[in-house]
Amino acid sequence: MIPELGHFSLVLAFVLALVQAVVPMVGAARNNPSMMAVARPAARGQFVFVVFAFGCLTWAFMNSDFSVALAARNSHSDTPMIYRITGVWGNHEGSLLLWAMALSLWTVAVTVFSRHIPDAFLARVIGVLGCVSTGFLAFLLATSNPFSRLLPGAAEGRDLNPLLQDPGMIIHPPLLYMGYVGFAVAFAFAIAALLSGRMDAAWARWSRPWTTVAWVFLTVGIAVGSAWAYYELGWGGWWFWDPVENASFMPWLLGTALIHSLAVTEKRGAFRSWTVLLAIGAFSLSLLGTFLVRSGVITSVHAFATDPARGLFIIGLLVLVIGASLLLFAWRAPTLSGGGSFGLVSRETTLLGNNVLLAVVSASVLLGTLYPLFLDALNLGKISVGPPYFQAVFVPLMTPVVVLMMFGPYLRWKSDAAGAVARRLAPAGIASLLIGIGIAVAIGHFTWRTTLGLTLAAWVVLASLQLLGSRLRERAGASMSSRLSTIPAAWWGMWTAHFGVGIFIIGVTLVGSIDANLDVRMKAGEQIDFAGYHFVLRGVDSVPGPNYDASRATIELSREGRAVGVLQPEKRVYRAMGMPMTEAALDIGPFRDVYVSLGEQLPEGDWIVSLHRKPFISWIWAGCLLMALGGVLAVADRRYRRLAERQMPASAMQQAV
Amino acid sequence: MKPRSKRMMLVGGGVALLVAAVALVLSAFQQNLVFFHTPTDVIEGKAPKGKTFRIGGLVEAGSLQREADGLTVRFAITDTAKVIPVTYKGTLPDLFKEGKGAVIQGSLGPDGQFRATEVLAKHDENYMPPEAAHALEQAQKTAATVSQ
Amino acid sequence: MKAKFLVPLFLFLVLVGFLGFGLTLDPREVPSPLIDKPAPAFRLARLDTPEQTFALDEMKGKVWLLNVWASWCVACRQEHPVLVDLARSGVVPIVGLNYKEVRGDGEIDARGLALEVETAQAIERARGWLNTHGNPYNLSVLDIDGRVGIDFGVYGVPETFLIDRDGRIRYKQIGPVTPENLKKVLLPMIEELKRAG
Repeated sequence: MIPELGHFSLVLAFVLALVQAVVPMVGAARNNPSMMAVARPAARGQFVFVVFAFGCLTWAFMNSDFSVALAARNSHSDTPMIYRITGVWGNHEGSLLLWAMALSLWTVAVTVFSRHIPDAFLARVIGVLGCVSTGFLAFLLATSNPFSRLLPGAAEGRDLNPLLQDPGMIIHPPLLYMGYVGFAVAFAFAIAALLSGRMDAAWARWSRPWTTVAWVFLTVGIAVGSAWAYYELGWGGWWFWDPVENASFMPWLLGTALIHSLAVTEKRGAFRSWTVLLAIGAFSLSLLGTFLVRSGVITSVHAFATDPARGLFIIGLLVLVIGASLLLFAWRAPTLSGGGSFGLVSRETTLLGNNVLLAVVSASVLLGTLYPLFLDALNLGKISVGPPYFQAVFVPLMTPVVVLMMFGPYLRWKSDAAGAVARRLAPAGIASLLIGIGIAVAIGHFTWRTTLGLTLAAWVVLASLQLLGSRLRERAGASMSSRLSTIPAAWWGMWTAHFGVGIFIIGVTLVGSIDANLDVRMKAGEQIDFAGYHFVLRGVDSVPGPNYDASRATIELSREGRAVGVLQPEKRVYRAMGMPMTEAALDIGPFRDVYVSLGEQLPEGDWIVSLHRKPFISWIWAGCLLMALGGVLAVADRRYRRLAERQMPASAMQQAV
Repeated sequence: MKPRSKRMMLVGGGVALLVAAVALVLSAFQQNLVFFHTPTDVIEGKAPKGKTFRIGGLVEAGSLQREADGLTVRFAITDTAKVIPVTYKGTLPDLFKEGKGAVIQGSLGPDGQFRATEVLAKHDENYMPPEAAHALEQAQKTAATVSQ
Repeated sequence: MKAKFLVPLFLFLVLVGFLGFGLTLDPREVPSPLIDKPAPAFRLARLDTPEQTFALDEMKGKVWLLNVWASWCVACRQEHPVLVDLARSGVVPIVGLNYKEVRGDGEIDARGLALEVETAQAIERARGWLNTHGNPYNLSVLDIDGRVGIDFGVYGVPETFLIDRDGRIRYKQIGPVTPENLKKVLLPMIEELKRAG
């Protein structure tokens, strides 16, 4: 009964989404206030029904109702409760439902925090979001009904893929989807701007905090996904340039370009059409990413052939959403030109340069991800584009981005003198080069890539400190606390995020150059010295888990005679699927992780043990979190709240007119 | 500076940047594409010598052997028509099993042994890597032309 | 000036064009000239009782599957559990065509082997294989030299033919039968053919 209620609720949500898509749009076009007023209640009603449907599905999973096909395929009565719940979105149908729920959550948030936005504009924003929601719910209902029954019901479920039974997977998909879907809001604002012909900087101001919040979610989501891959896949890699990862990374790249471009559009009125295009692009890549990952096309184009209805629907939806918005762009963008002019040496130039570079990087990742698909689709043979391609493209293209990132904050808007800025940054640059070479030689890894990475990282850190120093010197007379408090949160946000980039580069460079790995055969009681640590394998015990049986090794870790910790990596076999899984054990430290995983058991009873020392790897995620924190600080800026209050009378006036 | 020449410099700079980026992408593409070959291709000499490529197929039952160090493994990969011996040093992925599909990256040694640098297995027990399935399909089609 | 704003749309359409074109191709579909034609007649020795033979006509009036297999065929092992399950459900009789059991095996040089010896070896190998992996077949027949396989246009092993009451081939599955295409293609067709007669 409950699954049917969920299904029915989803149908109602679809109807409301349709209302939300059509009525406010027509109202805005005809300037009919009562039609525009439908936007808010329709969006909120849709949210209620989608959440209810999601709740019903979750109920089926929690209660192991295996007459629901989805639960039978992705859950098991022995699965721990938390993974029964996360199993809801560990599959195609459930994750699309999560997507739809995230979208309606964002929409409701827009209806709540939008008092300063004129009604007609808001009606269009909500209408566009309604269109997207309609498309998704139609897709769910028509081709991927999560509530479809299994008759007769299965006695037992097949369990969730063991790889997904992990704490990281509890939060990774929701975060990622909040990020993906958040770009729908930026997209809706851009489309609403195109539709209304209101091409001043106002829409950029309104959409900026939304875009930044979406970007923060995406940043954290990607970081969590990468951390999950690091400890769950069992061999210590943290980024694989896997199509699934690329699918989330491409929107991030364009999203990063977008939040910077929005700043220029808001403050200087420049880059207007470019910003709109980026907003469309970031959301298009989010859509593409969702579908690429979830339709199974990535693993094989022929996944489409096994379920042509789904494939056609996806292509149709993509063409409709992206094609229509690009057509609208081509039609309306010519009215966007103009805006603030700027000199060759100015903050605008650095931001433009970064924007273009980020877009190019994003395009090259897209090419590398889709090219094998194209060749395969055209039956021209099978190839793979591996990490070497992405690294070869990424490093040279991102290096100037980082350099421009340091120059940007020093430059004034409109125009500045090149000499002065160069003189301010050059000493730090030279010092960084020396530091980079020094460290590279000291760690015995004097290659151009290591040296480049360390130099850049040092430069970012030094330039950031220097920037902070000069900012604090601006009001030399005042007390330190008043000097600190006059700096707006938005500036701190920029500073923190850029500083995070430096921390990130340190982690990536050092992990890439001096990490140590040894695969070794060990028997119980055996000891080994590796990378400055002493490992003793005490033994391997059989330990039953809730839905798996594990062989758990106990390895004592010590350094120079002092105990560091006990590591217990496991080899699990999940009963329902009979699927083996490696569970690594880590000793996490600020400057290094010691990472141990179990390989196969040899016929003689010995084990293959994989030992890693990963220097500075946690700095990678620390860097990502700093970037995300920067986004949070930027959104927390008082400016936005003041703005909301100031705009109130204006919108009230507009309503009166 | 005159606005016109300023504009020219911006545009010129942008174009130069794009050209450089495209050149970079293309050269990286050229160097780093990993082609896929079936065991039959390899036997017929269609696979490049000394260059990295991938082969796929089924791990032949009973072919898995370990050297004394426990780390170096030897096995054979087959598309049901032809068999390629493979050597690999390192830990095998969880889902690597005899009789199951696998995709292997590496290069062909002068002795006809495939030296694997990477053994790929996917995240699902029931799932056959598409390249491996492709190799089987190819072999079946060839078998047809041979037997007819 | 306006044309430049059409560039993104144009690029996107090219992308979609490629993808759309690619999806219309399904490399798995190898057209078979035998579809809807009468299955080639044959009479072959049975695996369980080699002194007896089995002929195509004996299945007249039934909807059934002819599955081409061999013990050396690794992909057969992949589809085998699916066939065993299907046989257990009793939905459709399955006849196995054991194809070139000895000479098809790349490991064995069967040239110069007397036919009787080859047949004896084939029986031993095939029975052993069915004993270990389970026997989904109502019966299997021995196609030692692969002549019948050629008549059926067998590309490779495994292949599965769906044959209707009148002895016409209605569907041909190249490569292993998966639970997916069993559910989506084979079973619905079988139901339909059964109802039709």
